[in-house]
Amino acid sequence: MQVTVTVNGVDHTRDVEPRTLLVHLIRDDLLLRGTHWGCDTSNCGACTVWVDGDPVKSCTFLAVQADGKQVRTVEGLEQGGELDPVQQGFMQCHGLQCGYCTPGMMMVARHLLDHNPHPSEAEIREGISGNLCRCTGYKNIVESIQWAAENPATSEVTA
Amino acid sequence: MQTPAPVDYAKATSVADALTRLGEFGEEARVIAGGYSLLPMMKLRLAYPEALVDINDIPELVGIRVEGDEIVVGAMTRHRDVLDSAVLAEHYAIFREAERVIADPVVRARGTIGGSLCQADPASDMSAVGSALKGTAVVQGASGRRSVPLREFHQGPYETVVGPGELLLEIRYPIRPGAGSAYEKVERRAGDWGVCTSGVYVVVSGGVVTDCGIGLAAVNAPHYSSPAAEAALIGKAPTEENLAAAATAASDECEPSADQRGPVDYKRHLARELTLRALRRASAASQGV
Repeated sequence: MQVTVTVNGVDHTRDVEPRTLLVHLIRDDLLLRGTHWGCDTSNCGACTVWVDGDPVKSCTFLAVQADGKQVRTVEGLEQGGELDPVQQGFMQCHGLQCGYCTPGMMMVARHLLDHNPHPSEAEIREGISGNLCRCTGYKNIVESIQWAAENPATSEVTA
Repeated sequence: MQTPAPVDYAKATSVADALTRLGEFGEEARVIAGGYSLLPMMKLRLAYPEALVDINDIPELVGIRVEGDEIVVGAMTRHRDVLDSAVLAEHYAIFREAERVIADPVVRARGTIGGSLCQADPASDMSAVGSALKGTAVVQGASGRRSVPLREFHQGPYETVVGPGELLLEIRYPIRPGAGSAYEKVERRAGDWGVCTSGVYVVVSGGVVTDCGIGLAAVNAPHYSSPAAEAALIGKAPTEENLAAAATAASDECEPSADQRGPVDYKRHLARELTLRALRRASAASQGV
């Protein structure tokens, strides 16, 4: 089936099998390898991207379902050469060790802060509860998101 | 790498369109809602639909509203919106308490209440809630619309009365003035299916329980409910002794099986303890305590 998916503001028209998963379209066809392909069972959240402003686990979402929709991946966090505050927070607070969970963590963090700019620690931990860090670096991930909340970008950035 | 088997796909734009597509594809077609149960099953090749009819972009299936003495929830209402609904919270605390412990925020942003009911997982939280509240499912087929009590909706694990070519439209929950409700769940880790869950509503009037509903998931309770426990409680004062007797009846009525989530005696213990905790809180809420 022919689909047109807008990824980080750029339209991509492709012919895909209906069974193709969104994560594979993003990584293998559009070659956006920032989105990680993790557990493949919708548990780990490494593959989290946004579709029309909501987070989805892209290993459990068909590419054809994204036809006509806006997809935002981790590559779309950076705007005009400026890293998103969430990305800066992960740098400042050592929010990643191996880096595998990081793109999913950052996508849910950005979504959380867009809807709740001043989350409590409990709200942050709830917000990232669909994302697993096997280095168990949750403490620094939470601190990274707190850093981003305390240092928001001067202009609002959304997909 | 897990990939579903080849499958046809159509995105429906309305209920009528979805029914037409289901008719065209035939008996081996399946409806895809949030997809967080169906797609993993397709990836594991436990499900082999020949075609998918996507109902994610049908606005008429979404929403929560009060109609007369019922709350109506559209089948494609996302778990997140059930969790956040002020209307549902006003009438039944059980919804928010159950939704808070379903999966995780990303899954709740996509998964739907209708999908949960139709998936009919034995541990389905929303099925326990629906049976506790004695709701009604509204199912549409090519030849018309029918209402099915949720306690007759499930025919077994992963099996419902929704037939080929049919679509669950909405779920209706009776409003019960003065009812208190609560949900209790024990899971092995955050976001997991329950080892056992129990959800109840209780109406206390004139010092006795005049109405109640008790639902359980993951312990093979008949239609996710416990009529024996309800019968044990109706007409009784909501004392600790009477609540405990009802909870024991619920535990006796379920038929859990041993699996990786625990042995039978542990699940029976949970069925009693969680039902008792839920009954305590719901009856206190009904009495304004």
